[in-house]
Amino acid sequence: MRVNFTVNGRPQQADDVWEGESLLYVLRERLGLPGSKNACEQGECGSCTVRLDGVPVCSCLVAAGQVEGREVVTVEGLADFARQRAEGCGTGACGTSLQDAQLWEARPSHRASDSQTGEGTELSPIQQAFIDAGAVQCGFCTPGLLVAADEMLENNPNPTDADIREALSGNLCRCTGYEKIMDAVRLAAARQGEAV
Amino acid sequence: MPENGAPLGTPTKVTQGTPTKGGIGESTLRPDGVLKVTGEFAYSSDMWHEDMLWGQILRSTVAHAEIVSIDTGEALATPGVYAVMTYDDLPTDVKNYGLEIRDTPVLAHGKVRHHGEPVAIVAADHPETARRAAAKIKVEYRELPVITDEASATAPDAVLVHENRTDHHIGHVPHPNIVHRQPIVRGDADEAAKRADFVVKGEYTFGMQDQAFLGPESGLAVPAEDGGVDLYIATQWLHSDLRQIAPVLGLPEDKVRMTLSGVGGAFGGREDLSMQIHACLLALRTGKPVKIVYNRFESFFGHVHRHPAKLYYEHGATRDGKLTHVKCRIVLDGGAYASASPAVVGNASSLGIGPYVVDDVDIEAIALYTNNPPCGAMRGFGAVQACFAYEAQMDKLADEVGMDRVEFRRLNAMTQGTLLPTGQPVDSPAPVAELLRRVKAMPMPPERQWESSEGADVRQLPGGLSNTTHGEGVVRGVGYAVGIKNVGFSEGFDDYSTARVRMEVVGGEPVAVVHTAMAEVGQGGVTVHAQIARTELGVTQVTIHPADTQVGSAGSTSASRQTYVTGGAVKNACELVREKVLEMGRRRFGTYHPAWATAELLLEGGKVVTDGGEVLAGLADVLEGEAVEVEAEWRHRPTEPFDLRTGQGNGHVQYSFAAHRAVVEVDTELGLVKVIELACAQDVGKALNPLSVVGQIQGGTTQGLGVAVMEEIIVDPVTAKVKNPSFTDYLIPTILDTPTIPVDVLELADDHAPYGLRGVGEAPTLSSTPAVLAAIRNATGLELNRTPVRPEHLTGTA
Amino acid sequence: MDFLRPASWEEALAAKAAHPTAVPIAGGTDVMVEINFDHRRPEFLLDLNRIGDLCEWEVGEDSVRLGASVPYTGIMENLRGELPGLALASHTVASPQIRNRGGVGGNLGTASPAGDAHPALLAAGAEVEAESVRGSRLIPIDEFYTGVKRNALAADELIRAVHIKKADGPQQFSKVGTRNAMVIAVCAFGLALHPETRTVRTGIGSAAPTPVRAKAAEEFLNAALDEGGFWDNGKIITPSVAQQFAELCSAACNPIDDVRGTASYRRHAVGVMARRTLTWSWESYRGTAARTEGAA
Repeated sequence: MRVNFTVNGRPQQADDVWEGESLLYVLRERLGLPGSKNACEQGECGSCTVRLDGVPVCSCLVAAGQVEGREVVTVEGLADFARQRAEGCGTGACGTSLQDAQLWEARPSHRASDSQTGEGTELSPIQQAFIDAGAVQCGFCTPGLLVAADEMLENNPNPTDADIREALSGNLCRCTGYEKIMDAVRLAAARQGEAV
Repeated sequence: MPENGAPLGTPTKVTQGTPTKGGIGESTLRPDGVLKVTGEFAYSSDMWHEDMLWGQILRSTVAHAEIVSIDTGEALATPGVYAVMTYDDLPTDVKNYGLEIRDTPVLAHGKVRHHGEPVAIVAADHPETARRAAAKIKVEYRELPVITDEASATAPDAVLVHENRTDHHIGHVPHPNIVHRQPIVRGDADEAAKRADFVVKGEYTFGMQDQAFLGPESGLAVPAEDGGVDLYIATQWLHSDLRQIAPVLGLPEDKVRMTLSGVGGAFGGREDLSMQIHACLLALRTGKPVKIVYNRFESFFGHVHRHPAKLYYEHGATRDGKLTHVKCRIVLDGGAYASASPAVVGNASSLGIGPYVVDDVDIEAIALYTNNPPCGAMRGFGAVQACFAYEAQMDKLADEVGMDRVEFRRLNAMTQGTLLPTGQPVDSPAPVAELLRRVKAMPMPPERQWESSEGADVRQLPGGLSNTTHGEGVVRGVGYAVGIKNVGFSEGFDDYSTARVRMEVVGGEPVAVVHTAMAEVGQGGVTVHAQIARTELGVTQVTIHPADTQVGSAGSTSASRQTYVTGGAVKNACELVREKVLEMGRRRFGTYHPAWATAELLLEGGKVVTDGGEVLAGLADVLEGEAVEVEAEWRHRPTEPFDLRTGQGNGHVQYSFAAHRAVVEVDTELGLVKVIELACAQDVGKALNPLSVVGQIQGGTTQGLGVAVMEEIIVDPVTAKVKNPSFTDYLIPTILDTPTIPVDVLELADDHAPYGLRGVGEAPTLSSTPAVLAAIRNATGLELNRTPVRPEHLTGTA
Repeated sequence: MDFLRPASWEEALAAKAAHPTAVPIAGGTDVMVEINFDHRRPEFLLDLNRIGDLCEWEVGEDSVRLGASVPYTGIMENLRGELPGLALASHTVASPQIRNRGGVGGNLGTASPAGDAHPALLAAGAEVEAESVRGSRLIPIDEFYTGVKRNALAADELIRAVHIKKADGPQQFSKVGTRNAMVIAVCAFGLALHPETRTVRTGIGSAAPTPVRAKAAEEFLNAALDEGGFWDNGKIITPSVAQQFAELCSAACNPIDDVRGTASYRRHAVGVMARRTLTWSWESYRGTAARTEGAA
């Protein structure tokens, strides 16, 4: 079957989709967006978390056919999404012209970033905080955690530790013991507070 | 200075003493961080190729059976299917692989020995097509009795898991269903037992833990025009894979070109091969790129697990609290194939009594062949299981003697110079008593943190969001434990690493390129290598070349060894590059300034300077467009095997020590546990990157927590089938299960090691588990001699 | 496999009538796991995501009509006052991501004894609104669960909504899992006080082939509360009464040993949860009653 939907503000079309395919598979294998991760494919790890019409969901449990006509934000689009939000677009999904959408790239070449390290890439505050706090080891859980943490800070800019733990309880990490992830979210919240 | 007065050790030295920005000792950030947070870092499961096929593995549905027949006809006839292969399709006479013993069939040959063993492989144009085709392969099994434990393995009429063994352990094992046996005898434990005023005995059970790395086994094999294959893969040791893959394919090693792709965690589970050979076979057969990605269900069958163990201990002590003797017997279940079992036996036996002074010991460790899932490497192997048991014993014995549990440990703690049961002296700082002192001295977390003005915050109580208690039945407990882990490969293994370092000038700036085959699995080796290069070469720009087999072996990313060994190799190569650069400088400029000949010269800030700080030349001028490149192997000091009868021998390179204090709250009525805090003190020799070091300690601690209270692969004792191969029923700690983990890092140099560093990754996994168990015992008063402890064990409803 | 995408409820009913084997998929949190792990290959998937009505709820005089696809997050955030037991149960469902997708309709459709909503629905009192092209009917929750992962739906029926009695007194929900978040129930317990009818209702999850009520325990407690005049005097329930209630709840279980827990533990834990949830609910009732008196 064919599925049309919007990913990171850009209209996308996937053809010859098998009816049992998940949104995760379509993103990773058909749209060249492997940032959302395939760690468990049973909704138990959160590594595949994306925003579906703004709501964080496990993309492994969304059937591809269910996203017809809907909007998805993945980790690849998180920096743009956060920037647009900061610029006053509440959902991060508005204000993209068709032309902009068609020119969208995961890491825009005009930002002159280093292809090996990604240096120079524009990051969202939560992405920067994960790097700065040492919250990334193998990094496989990172994309899902970033999407979940970003959404939490959008709704709860001053979370307590218990709030952070509850909001991220659907995202497993096997490397860090979560301490540096807590640090990263606290750091992003604090920076967000300073910026206001 | 510890209270007992002995010096702790010497502070760490840095060879090229000049601090370079981004050099060792700084918490520099990961070079792959940006790619990892933007989703662009290419993990092995992210590989994609035009026209690629998907591989699928058909696995055995029974644990032990003869294969009567395999019919692939219908599968092959399925539209979209390009190849179906079984044992009969293997191209050469080499049909087995294995880390040490080549006992593992690439595809089952006439027999399956465990649930989930690969029987056939399929390549098709879509994963669903491949799955459907695999399901159409008809395999007829004639089931055999299953070997599941020591009794069934060593019974006189036991079916042999492997007939006709020819490996080098068969000569010294008491039964062919025993992979390896290592006794260690020093002094006279029976005689010493007579001096004991108190003796405690215990039987302990350690459950089967899974590495549960999040990135599933996966990779892409691309057939090449020269008849070879390019393999993009997540592994812990490229060259070990290569050595096992190439002969099965019938290719010379230089035609199997391996590149490390992103690795989503490893923890030992990627030391053995998983889908590597299968992907290559299908790619070579079909002439098309083949991608294989396990799902989580398959992943539980696709890699080895931590050995479950039965441990039998006897400890004795005098009235004044000195250990008299230890006798122990450690039975490890290696499952159907050997994997790392011999090395696990070596660690369990040689470290079987822990970091204590005991002159009279009698130890035996064995690993069994059974029809349970194969077990092998996982973080801290051998030492983890032993630590769980000997620390439980130390608590029991302290109670018998009537001493404080921590003080009892400190009284018996090893120090530099102590002999291990193997007779090997510990010739570097062993601050066991100090670590215990430090961890005990940390402030305790406040009581009843769940109470708030709005009532109980269930998120901070046992049971968490499940709302099982508002404080009822909740009792706090505190427990301590300490452990010892060997660093690096032991027992005479030629444990070397290779580094290629190149210095050149790019755009007027000196740049160092570091190329090794080290598998970056998340531990941060790439960060540390860049730091070493900066420190040794005085440059700021360092490029880490992707790891592949175009450079010599870096050994395994395991045994806490990579910062030591590949870090050592990078340091060594940098030193050789530095010498060459200085030699060039002397040739070019030596006549202009006497200091070239007379002074100690350093590379600093992109310049050659004297140790007095005088600048002699810029590196750009010295190099003058030339590049300096060195590839060199580097070895740590040699070790020797343990004597097969007495276990004596200088088998280890280095040790790593960590101590934990666990504070738990247990809902004693429901048997639910909330770990409130897990404090750790660890000696790391020298923290090359403090941020990464603490991250390793916290991560290792959490894996130890997991196997204390929830993680266990459950194997049916009757059928030997795995009952919980999913993240729904194999539980690992969430962020709500993981407490704060304060870490106190001690840095006492091991003068034998580069920068005085110690391997860090494994030690925290050891003591975490027994500390949590001790805390639960403290809260409940129960004996608890198995891990993980489950609610039914705490409520008398097992 | 075919993917059916009805745009309206009527189209969905027609599709289900035409393809009775079609598997409805809404949140996907059960169905997609089975597909991803190759445990199930339905001939048809019937997507209900496009039917907006299913995500809506109406608060009526006596009950809440909860659309089958209202996500658990929505219940937690919006219906805590009307459906406190279900809101508590919703909060224990898996993870935030799953709570954003899954709804009560899925729990009922799957009818797993481990579904978190069941004990709360049993305790509160509810009816399942099932509909087919043949018409609509309300199935009392006590008659809905017919066996292990079996329910009273006909092959052509879909769950449109659940009608749940609005709380007229305190409600509680507890669930035991071997992890502090994101865990499937080893067993679970729901309890609701119904001061208007002076009754207590219960629900037990994961401790019998189907979700069940502890009816003997309810009857015992109803009688004991009545006899002691507890509803009026608001006294603390005597420990012996609470204990006997707990034991009767344990006795209502018919559990199995499995990888998540032993039968013996399940019986034990249900008893502990029964005693605790009764205590919490009753304390809350007494507090409310005291305040009401004070105000009057």
